[in-house]
Amino acid sequence: MQSQELNLQPEPGRKQASGTWWATLRLPLLALGGALALTTLVLLSSGVSPLQAYRILIFGAFSTPVRFSDMIMLAAPLLLCATGLTLTFSAGLYNLGVEGQLALGAVAAMLPLRLFPELPPALLWSLCFACAAAGGALWALLAAWLRLSAGVSEIFAGLGLNFLASGLALYLVLGPWRRSGSASMSGTELLPRELWLPTLGALRLAPLAPLLALLALALVWWAVRQTRWGLQLRAVGLNRVAADRLGVPAQRRIAEAMAGCGALAGMAGAIQVLGVFHQLIPNISSGVGLLGLLVALLVRADPRWVLPVAVVFASFTVGSVQLPLALGVDSSIAGVLQGALVLFALLARGLSRRVTG
Amino acid sequence: MEVAVHNLCKAFGAVRANDDLTLRFAAGQIHGVLGENGAGKSTLMKLIAGFLRPDGGSIRFDGREASLHGPGAALRAGVGMVHQDPLDLPAFTALENLLCAAPRGAIGSRAAGRQLLSELARRLGFTVEPDAPLASLTVGQRQQLEIIRLLACGARVLILDEPTTGITAAQTRALFAALRRLAAEGNTVLFVSHKLEEVAEICDTVCVLRAGRLVGEQLPMPVPQRRLLELMFGAAVAQPTAGGAGEVRITALRSEGGLPANAGEDGTPALPGLHGSPTTERIAGEAVWQLAGVSARAGSVALRDVSLSIAAGRIVGLAGLDGSGQQILLRLLTGRMRPETGHILVNGRALSGGGSRAYRAAGIEYLPADRLNEGMIGALSLTEHFALLQNAALVDQRAAERAARAAIADYAIKATPVTPISALSGGNQQRALLALVPPDCRGIACEQPTRGLDVASAQAIWRRLLERRLAGCAIVFASADLDELIAYSDEVLVFFAGRVSAPLHRAELSVARLAELIGGVGFGGG
Repeated sequence: MQSQELNLQPEPGRKQASGTWWATLRLPLLALGGALALTTLVLLSSGVSPLQAYRILIFGAFSTPVRFSDMIMLAAPLLLCATGLTLTFSAGLYNLGVEGQLALGAVAAMLPLRLFPELPPALLWSLCFACAAAGGALWALLAAWLRLSAGVSEIFAGLGLNFLASGLALYLVLGPWRRSGSASMSGTELLPRELWLPTLGALRLAPLAPLLALLALALVWWAVRQTRWGLQLRAVGLNRVAADRLGVPAQRRIAEAMAGCGALAGMAGAIQVLGVFHQLIPNISSGVGLLGLLVALLVRADPRWVLPVAVVFASFTVGSVQLPLALGVDSSIAGVLQGALVLFALLARGLSRRVTG
Repeated sequence: MEVAVHNLCKAFGAVRANDDLTLRFAAGQIHGVLGENGAGKSTLMKLIAGFLRPDGGSIRFDGREASLHGPGAALRAGVGMVHQDPLDLPAFTALENLLCAAPRGAIGSRAAGRQLLSELARRLGFTVEPDAPLASLTVGQRQQLEIIRLLACGARVLILDEPTTGITAAQTRALFAALRRLAAEGNTVLFVSHKLEEVAEICDTVCVLRAGRLVGEQLPMPVPQRRLLELMFGAAVAQPTAGGAGEVRITALRSEGGLPANAGEDGTPALPGLHGSPTTERIAGEAVWQLAGVSARAGSVALRDVSLSIAAGRIVGLAGLDGSGQQILLRLLTGRMRPETGHILVNGRALSGGGSRAYRAAGIEYLPADRLNEGMIGALSLTEHFALLQNAALVDQRAAERAARAAIADYAIKATPVTPISALSGGNQQRALLALVPPDCRGIACEQPTRGLDVASAQAIWRRLLERRLAGCAIVFASADLDELIAYSDEVLVFFAGRVSAPLHRAELSVARLAELIGGVGFGGG
C-alpha cells in the first residue's frame, strides 16, 4: 500500500526534490493538527485547560518509573498486534478478529499453566507462548477458512469470532476455571508468583515482553520487505486476480497472513496473562487488539512506523490514567486523541489521493 | 445545441492530456473525433460531459459559458455521455435504471416511465425490454438503454466513446440509424472512435487529436483515409492495401519506441500475418492442447462436447460475438475453469482436474483483455513483477532489475524498471504483459490481445506473438476484429451461442464467411 501511494506520483523530477520534506510531512502534520484541534475542542467543552491535559497525556507516561514500565507493558502486546496486522494489511485483509485472536491466545496460554504447573518456569513459559501462538493462529485460520471457502468477509467473520472468543473466556472464568469458593467476574485465581514473567526489580516491567515484540517486528519487517513471500503477500493484497495469474498461490498467502497475525496476537494474549494480569480475566484483551488496528491503520502497514506509533499510543493511554485525579476529566480523552489521529490521517490521505488522482 | 471549447487545457501530473484545444461542434451534425490511444479524446469528452474539470479554458453550450461540476450538471445543461463500458446498475431492470436516473418529477409514475421508454425505443428503432434485468442484456442493448435514458433526461448533445466496441453488426446498424435520426432532429452527436471506416460512414465533420492537441483543423467529411492517417500518426503513413476478401485494409506504419517500422524499402507495408509469416506447415509440431469431449457452462452459455487439438507453432483465432463461448474455451485452456465432462491434455498429460497453477506449471500462459485488473498489479513496477516470477525465497533485487531492463529494451516498453505498471499506456502495458511470459512457455491463450491499441501498437504486439510462435508456442486468441483474425490465424473457430464451428483454415477465411458464421448462418439446426 505504501509503495502504491508513493509510486503513483508522476515521475519524480528534480523540481520536487527541494519540496520533498514538505511533501512527505505535509499530510502527517495536517492530520496531527486536525486531531489536536478536535481534541482541544472536546477538552474546552468540558472546561479543562487543554495545555495541562496535553502535558499529562504526552508526558504522563514518562513521569515516573512505574508509569514508564506500565507504558512498556502496554506497548509490548500492542506492538505484537500491530505487527501482526501489518501482515494482514499487506495482504489486503482487514483482520478485525485480532481481539478474539488475542483472547484465544490468552485462553490457550492458560492450558499449560493449569495442566503442568510443576514444570520449570522457563519451560512452562515457552509452552505458554507456543500454545498462545497456536491458539491465536487457529482462531485466525477459522476466519480465513470462512473467507476462502464460504466467501464470508474476514471483517464479519472476525467480528463474530471476537464475540465467541470473549464468550469463551467469560465462560471459563465463571465456570470450569473459577476461583475456589466463589465464581467472580474479576478473573481466575492469580498465578503463583514464581510463574509471573520476571520483572526489573519492583517494577512491573517484564523485559521479555518488549523483547519478544521487537523481535517479532524485526522478523515481519524482514519478511515483508525482503522475501519473495512478502512481495507475494503484497501482490495478493493489491490485486489478487493478477497475482494468481502470475503464479502466486493467493489462497495460501491469505491463510498464512491471517495465521501469522493470529499467532502474534495470541502471543500478546500470553503477555497479558503472564506479565500484566497474572490471571485470565473476561476482558483479557482490554482493547489492545482494537488499539493495534488503529496503529496499523495509521501507519498503513509500513513496518518502519509501527514501533514509534505504538509507543506514542501506549503512552497516551497510560498518561490518561492520571487525568481523572489531576484534572477531573475522564481518561477516555486518550481514546479521543487516538481515534481523531487515525480519522484525520485517513481524511488527509483521501484528500491527497483526490488532489493527485 | 452547439458545443464549443476554447483554449481548453487539462493535465494529469506531467502529461498534458488536452493542450489548448479550441473546437466547435455545430448542432444537427455528427462529429467524429479521431486519434490514437492517449491522444486526449476521452479527456476532451469527459471534460465536456462534466466528469473532469478543466485546468484552463472554457466550455460553451450555444455560446453560453458552462461551469460543470459533475456529470449531473452537464446532463441538466443538455450533454450526456455513453461510456464504452455502460455505467448502469446491472441488478436493476431497464425501467428501474431509467426511473432512478431521471431528474426529480420528470417521470410521474412507473407506467409513464414504461411508456416513455417504449416510445423512445420505438422512435430510435431500438429493442429494449422494460422489465429485463440489465445483467441479462448484451452490451449493445445496455448502450441503447443508456441513449434512451440520456434523451429522457433531456440530453441534446450525445457523446459516444467507442460505441461500436463489443456490439453486433446489427446493433451497429441500428445505432447509426438512430444517431443519424437524432442529428436530423437538431441534436449534436460527438462520435469518438479509432475505426476510420465508421467515421467515414457516419460523420459530417472530423477532427484529429494527437498528444492532446488538435492536428490541422476540423474537416468536413469526406476526407480521404490516407489524409486522416497522416493526421493521426504523422508523416509516415501506409497506403491502403488489398486485404483478404477484397476489402480495404488500413495499416499505419510508425516506428514506435525504437522498433524498426515493418516496411519494405519502397514504403509499402508488410502485413505480418499475410506476407511476413512463415508457412504453417514448417512449424507445426506436436499437440500442446488436446480436448476430448469437453463440456462446460458459464451462466447461460454452455460449450458441449468440444474436441480439438492445437499443435505447437499454430495460431488459432476464436471469433464470435462477445459471450458466445470463446471466453469459456480460453478459461478451460488455462485451467481457470474445470470441464464438467471430458478431458484436457496439455503436452500429452491429462490436466482436466488441475487449477490455473497446474496449467501455468505446464507452460500455459493466459493474457487477459483486462490488463490492469487481471493481468498485472498496477501499483507494482516491472522489476517487482520479475521478482514475483523468481523462484528463490529471498528476492534477488539486482536480477529482477536486470530482467526488467532487458524486457524494456527487448519489448520497447516506454518505462523505467521502477515505474508502476498503472502509469504505462495501454500499448506499453500489453507489451509488459507479453514480456512477463516466460521464455519456455508452450501455449499462450489471449483474450483480445490488441483491444484498445492503435494500429502501430497492435502490430508491435503481433510481432512479439509471432516470434513466440516461431519459438514453438501455440497461440489461441479471441478477437472481435475480423481483419485481425484473418491476418494472423492459421485456423479460426467461430462461436455461436455456445456452439463451435469446424476449424476454418487460412485458405477458406474471408470476412464474408466469418460474418455469416458469427451471425449463426451455417451452424444448422436450432
